Amino acid sequence: MLTLTHFLMLSGVLFAISAAGIFINRKNMILLLMCIELLLLAVNFNFVAFSHFLGNVDGQVFVFFILTVAAAEAAIGLAILVVLFRTRASIDVEDLDSLKG
Amino acid sequence: MFELIIFFGFATVLVCAALGVIISRNPIHSVMFLVLSFFTSAILWLLLEAEFLAMTLVLVYVGAVMVLFLFVVMMLNIDTSTVRSHFMRYAPLGVLVALIGVGEVWSVFWLRSEGLSTLAKPVAAPADYSNTAELGAVLYTEHVYAFELASFVLLLAIIAAIVLTMRRRPGLKVQDIGKQVAVKRDDRLRIVKMKAETE
Repeated sequence: MLTLTHFLMLSGVLFAISAAGIFINRKNMILLLMCIELLLLAVNFNFVAFSHFLGNVDGQVFVFFILTVAAAEAAIGLAILVVLFRTRASIDVEDLDSLKG
Repeated sequence: MFELIIFFGFATVLVCAALGVIISRNPIHSVMFLVLSFFTSAILWLLLEAEFLAMTLVLVYVGAVMVLFLFVVMMLNIDTSTVRSHFMRYAPLGVLVALIGVGEVWSVFWLRSEGLSTLAKPVAAPADYSNTAELGAVLYTEHVYAFELASFVLLLAIIAAIVLTMRRRPGLKVQDIGKQVAVKRDDRLRIVKMKAETE
């Protein structure tokens, strides 16, 4: 029988994979942004699962707002990425050391 | 039993797609795997009777955000060979963090949550139940203030993205609209008095 535990464990695995992706792909900024999107998806999974199993629709409202903020974050992040590539011709995170003292 | 088969089938696809996002060498393949994982999650959300959010996920994420990612990946033309040179250096740390995270989550949910009544699958909603209507009824009454704030966040994102990526190239011949509007008749027009010429 399908229980809440199944969904929570799936979202835990998804969260762990994307957290590992942030470590593995720490050179490439665009992949970091993708991993953040995946992290947010894992968190949304928890909200939707709890909303369904507790019979309360507020969790889905919260997911709605998280989707809004994530879309705004992706737009601004990609704009920053484009500006960065225009000025530095690289999106390597290790090249971004101009604030280093 | 049927639901369990659907769940495990799509959960396998979802986990494989997420692994594909983080380990594929080409960023375009990563974006495609991310699209697959969003689609699969939308189907799993349908299983949780969150129909409106499943459709929103497909429309907003696959239709807009992922296209934006794809556009940026193709525009930037990243050299993947240099990006991937330190791939293996951080891989053990990443796998260790992932395993610790999975172990913690599973120990809580698997070992300590046996026999809780809220964990059982609730009764399925009737066929005429509208998830969208119920979500809208809550969204526009209880959460209307947060809803307005969300619209403001989106407006901010539009303005920020435009301001960040707009650039003025020097030496480009463009019209100065302000000067054009503020021009007076005397700047442009000169009336010359002269005698009429006769043959």
